[in-house]
Amino acid sequence: MITQPPSPPLRLVVDLNRCQSYGQCVYAAPTVFRFHGEESLEYDYAPDAGVRREVARAAAACPVQAITLGGATEPAPTASGDDR
Amino acid sequence: MTAPAAAGLRTGRIVVVGASLAGLRAAEALRDEGFTGELTLIGEEPHEPYDRPPLSKAVLSGRLSCDHIVLPQVRNIDARWLLGTRATGLDVPGRRVELADGRSVAYDRLLIATGTRARPWPVQAGGRLDGVHVLRTREDAERLRGALLASPSRVLVIGAGFTGGEVASSCRELGLAVTVTQRSATPLASALGGVIGRATADWYREAGVDLRPHTTVRTLEGHPSGRLRRAVLSDGTTVDAEVAVVATGALANTEWLAGSGLAADHRGAVSDAGCRAMTADGRPVEDVFVAGDVARWPHPRYPGQLLRLDHWDNAVAQARTAAHNITHGPGEQLVHRPLPAFWSQQFGRYLKSIGVPALADQVVVTQGSLDRRQFVAAYGLQGRLVGAVAVDSPRVLEGYAALVESGAPFPPLLGASDGPDHLDPVDAAFPGRAAGSPPDHAVSAPAPTAHR
Ligand SMILES: Cc1cc2nc3c(=O)[nH]c(=O)nc-3n(C[C@H](O)[C@H](O)[C@H](O)COP(=O)(O)OP(=O)(O)OC[C@H]3O[C@@H](n4cnc5c(N)ncnc54)[C@H](O)[C@@H]3O)c2cc1C
Ligand code: SF4
Repeated sequence: MITQPPSPPLRLVVDLNRCQSYGQCVYAAPTVFRFHGEESLEYDYAPDAGVRREVARAAAACPVQAITLGGATEPAPTASGDDR
Repeated sequence: MTAPAAAGLRTGRIVVVGASLAGLRAAEALRDEGFTGELTLIGEEPHEPYDRPPLSKAVLSGRLSCDHIVLPQVRNIDARWLLGTRATGLDVPGRRVELADGRSVAYDRLLIATGTRARPWPVQAGGRLDGVHVLRTREDAERLRGALLASPSRVLVIGAGFTGGEVASSCRELGLAVTVTQRSATPLASALGGVIGRATADWYREAGVDLRPHTTVRTLEGHPSGRLRRAVLSDGTTVDAEVAVVATGALANTEWLAGSGLAADHRGAVSDAGCRAMTADGRPVEDVFVAGDVARWPHPRYPGQLLRLDHWDNAVAQARTAAHNITHGPGEQLVHRPLPAFWSQQFGRYLKSIGVPALADQVVVTQGSLDRRQFVAAYGLQGRLVGAVAVDSPRVLEGYAALVESGAPFPPLLGASDGPDHLDPVDAAFPGRAAGSPPDHAVSAPAPTAHR
């Protein structure tokens, strides 16, 4: 059912409860992560596939492992319930 | 064909209703736990799961578009997705979920993860007017963002809870005039009490928000065209505004459970401590589970009441517990007893909380200072530490979390280098509670109007 394109889109989420604003991700991938205000981390959940290496480096550099990488969710948005 | 109800389930059919944060994380955890059977995700929204916290922050401010808040799928879940499909009924003995299109889906185990929705403004008081918004979904955020881009002369935010504060903050970032009404003396009063609430009121005022404490909106009035024109407040004054954002709490999405025999109402769907749904007459149902914002359950740490947490962290953790218990037998069941945690970002500040401050009778600033707007406040109930809030100091909270977990005394003994010489606890000033009296229902926190 789920077909993976050759270069699957990048997806990530940061657990902001865990994030301690160390900023390592901001150094590693500045186009994806940034601070808004003194300590508030903001980031792009679906950055361009071209920054995959930087994002992987950011995830690895995060001292509290707050960054989760994954692929696209590829549901088939249908309304076809079935009768069994 | 059907697995015996009491044993763990690794094959057969699992249906998850609610395809958002809790639903997706539960589906992934079910596969992680070794479930190899048929997995169906039913979600009313047409979108793949996305994250809601940025809706009131980066999305409203225009720094992130809704295409960029989609949640990653951390493993292949090999599920059948029924998106844009609303569940309308549940037949517990027949093990079927009824859908809006008249069909039904059979299950061996069911997970209820339908979350909450924003409490709407009453129709009689102007709720149908053009320009009146709530904020819970992508569509809500896009609609509101469009309204803000049209440069309204003033935005009225009804309610200074977390969502209201974040919306007001985003509006100020866009340079819009903002009035915020708040029933209690300060913002966030029911979640954090009046002492810390007063500090957050300063953020509003410094950002140029017209904050109206002790005030409710009586009615919203429109032009003959049906567009919002002004609000009449409880003190008799009026506020001219073309946009109003109603941020007065949330209602659980449980209507589809009506008639199922489950204990469920606008406050949530009740489960036991192992996430098993309860019937209205107080028995756990073996094959129906509940997780996320919709769940109300007896948290072992906070006995005598049912807890509902509208927090990201809880949705993820409860989804995992439910998935574990769905797939394991009676001897291996987990109890859902997380230390509550959440964050908020408003007026350029990063606020984080652990435990349940709303339970407290006393509060004390343990690090930094309220004036410097960088501080940690600890909350105590009858001499025990029950929670802590940190503003722009995220790194220290873990230590407080460990103290709350271990039932440490209040005021806490910290010896922090940036702490005051001597701790001076004061009444936490939660609205509607006499000083020193313990809360009566505080852990049904956040109370419906108190929070997201
Ligand atoms: C604007 C906003 C800002 C927030 N900011 C923060 C924050 O800063 N920090 C924090 O900790 N938390 C925050 N939260 C809370 C966090 O987003 C929630 O805790 C989280 O989304 C809960 O996930 P859930 O899956 O339980 O519920 P939901 O995300 O509400 O998902 C429930 C899903 O079920 C679907 N559904 C409902 N009824 C049916 C039905 N009958 N049939 C099929 N599908 C149905 C809904 O359409 C929805 O997609 C915020 C929430 C909002 C709205
Ligand atoms: S590296 Fe980790 S802890 Fe530091 S800011 Fe990024 S996500 Fe937060």
